[in-house]
Amino acid sequence: MRRLPRAAALVLGMAVAALVPAPPAAAEDLDLGAPGVVRLKAAMADRHGQLKPLYESGAVGLARDGSVVLRDAGILPLSQRQAAGALVAAENADRTALYREIARANGNPAWEQDIRITFGQRWIDRAPAGWWVQAATGAWVRKP
Amino acid sequence: MSRLTAFPKSAWPVPAAAACALILSGCITINIYFPASAAEKAADRIIDEVWQLRPSGPAAPAPEGKP
Repeated sequence: MRRLPRAAALVLGMAVAALVPAPPAAAEDLDLGAPGVVRLKAAMADRHGQLKPLYESGAVGLARDGSVVLRDAGILPLSQRQAAGALVAAENADRTALYREIARANGNPAWEQDIRITFGQRWIDRAPAGWWVQAATGAWVRKP
Repeated sequence: MSRLTAFPKSAWPVPAAAACALILSGCITINIYFPASAAEKAADRIIDEVWQLRPSGPAAPAPEGKP
């Protein structure tokens, strides 16, 4: 018989816990200070110096899914194509890890895909004129 | 001991179910909710740094090379 009040307290406690409103995450910024996020960001910033001329030439474009694509290797000298492919692969590995890390560091691994799409849109929106980006239709367009 | 008998055993499923429902709805709410504007701001902060659009200082990048 002594178990009943304990169980009641437990249930009551759980009910109260469920009633407490979730923290208003919308008003807050996502945490970008996790070591993994900082490390990936730094690696991507370092790589940007090499990727920038590829964006400018149009060899590499920004895809809607938050990745970069070697969309026209043909405009590069043969000797540079392999290096460009390796750069793109390394960048995409870091980007995927970044989206995953941000989701994980903010307590919601399930957000990874949403974060990826949000970033994809922002990379494209903020790309300077002349860079190649993927339109909603999937077609590649040069930003005016 | 008299208090214990005040709550009939047969009525237990009611608060239990209510609690379960509340907890489950709480979990679902937390999981499907994606803070889109916070994510956009996060993206912009990352992009600023990766593309070095805004140097860490508040000063604007004055030497913006001529074409």
